[in-house]
Amino acid sequence: MTAVGMQRANFWGGVITVLTLVCAILWAFPLYWGVISSLKPEDEVVRPYIELWPENLTFSHYYTAVFDTQIMTWYLNSIAVALGVTVITIVTSMLCGYALSQLKFPGRKALWWLILASFMVPTQALIINHFVLISQLGLINTWAGIMLPQLIHPVIIIVYKQFFDQVPKDFREAAVMDNAGEFRILFKVYLPMNWGVTTALSIVTFIWTWNAFLWPFLSVTKTEMMTVPVGITQVNDAFGVYYARQLAAAVLAGLPVALAYLLFQRKVTEAITLSAGIKG
Amino acid sequence: MLTNRRKDALVAAVLVAPFLTIYLLVFVWPTVQMFEISFTDARLIGSGDWVGLDNYARLDSDPRFRTAAWNTAYFVLLTVLPGTLIALLIALGVSRLKGRLQAAILALFFLPYILPVSVVYLIWDWLLNFQFGITMHILDILGIERVPIMKTREWFMPAVAVVTIWWTAGFSILLFLAGLRAIPAEIYEAAALDNASRWTTFRRITWPLLWPVTTLVFTIQLIAQLKIFDQVYLFSQGGRPNDNMVLVYYVFQRAFQQDQGGRAAAVAVTLFVLVVVVSVLQFQLLRLAGGRR
Repeated sequence: MTAVGMQRANFWGGVITVLTLVCAILWAFPLYWGVISSLKPEDEVVRPYIELWPENLTFSHYYTAVFDTQIMTWYLNSIAVALGVTVITIVTSMLCGYALSQLKFPGRKALWWLILASFMVPTQALIINHFVLISQLGLINTWAGIMLPQLIHPVIIIVYKQFFDQVPKDFREAAVMDNAGEFRILFKVYLPMNWGVTTALSIVTFIWTWNAFLWPFLSVTKTEMMTVPVGITQVNDAFGVYYARQLAAAVLAGLPVALAYLLFQRKVTEAITLSAGIKG
Repeated sequence: MLTNRRKDALVAAVLVAPFLTIYLLVFVWPTVQMFEISFTDARLIGSGDWVGLDNYARLDSDPRFRTAAWNTAYFVLLTVLPGTLIALLIALGVSRLKGRLQAAILALFFLPYILPVSVVYLIWDWLLNFQFGITMHILDILGIERVPIMKTREWFMPAVAVVTIWWTAGFSILLFLAGLRAIPAEIYEAAALDNASRWTTFRRITWPLLWPVTTLVFTIQLIAQLKIFDQVYLFSQGGRPNDNMVLVYYVFQRAFQQDQGGRAAAVAVTLFVLVVVVSVLQFQLLRLAGGRR
């Protein structure tokens, strides 16, 4: 390339980079604005002009949100539900994925197709019959009731099966020679080789469940059984028109998943690309 | 050998049983039930009488269903293609950055996607607040008259589409970045040696090699947006839900607010079939796209 051509390329490259950075800042601005508004006193929040930084920074709305609303109860519900769903989903999917990958049994093909097919089914269409089922089981307004319909993530089985398929056959043959049972092989050979996937999938399952809205919203009618994302939108009277306080509650609701993402950025992105069907 | 096979089957049964039990209980059974009650006049809870295809036949003359179908299609139009293109542009920009800077910038684009929908709702409800929202201050500065955006029929769907693209673009960006990284650097080096312009490089190399990912992102978006409910419900609070009706909202309203399980199920089945058809098309399309590689 000629020197002029090179310079021109560098110039446009620089423009694109600057545009990307500006875009990123604008993109994140609503988040910044939400957080910063929650740190302003109520009278500053409603001022008729834009102030990018609070004049009197205050954490009082967080104090009120924590102590004067039921957000701590909602937190407990969300943590219990998200942990329960994560553990049950990961364990059952791992066992099933292992069987599909390593064992020959009648119905294996059929089960695999069933799982692939269920990938296509919109769970939103099932809300009526989930509600009927959960009420028949007497589980409305319980953690178990919120959890049950969320336990199906066929994609996790698919990812596990693919990963177990990749483990070289020699490991399995050696273990079988040693007379190790299938459970021993799974937990001592296959699982340790796939810890990375297991943690990544666990983190995103936790995030998905924490964020779930529709089903937790339908299956709970009592304020004290709500999960955080449902609670902060349904109990408006707890906040009235206190904008800053409502935003403080929103920040508290988003904080656990935002932290999980920022701490485990790589794992989260890995698991999300995997579950979309792209091998990382 | 025979005993071995039998042992395998037994172990497999034990391993598969926990998943299969849950699967049959909360997936297969409700799906079968959904089809069944869509042919009855059942209320939300309890059985009803067989009415054949009545619930489906009534949809055609139900104005609210028409609004729901139309709005869902409109929403898909507003989000899927624009969302895919915006994500592609951002991914191309982000992919030029290196190391920690790239990770930090990607995080800024990705962070909204990780948040619960209700947090996204509260933030944007505040941004668009008619009295005190920052967008209204900006409109004032620009000399444009304020609009109560989420309370105005014409603005509702476009605004929810913008919020949705903002919320979910991070996911598509991530997939595009993975696709871009998979393109071997040597191809670009060869193009640079040939003095290929930036646009030619994109059109001849990046775009065709990225096509499978583009198809994937597009169809994932399409399926996701057909199932839109949360944002529409939240932003409609205190507004006009009947004007903003979408398919899942219709199911919710019929079943949970009007106690008409059968009629709601007919729409649930419609949505179900629609999504399955699109998914099958997606599968075929992805195979085609993959074949081009």
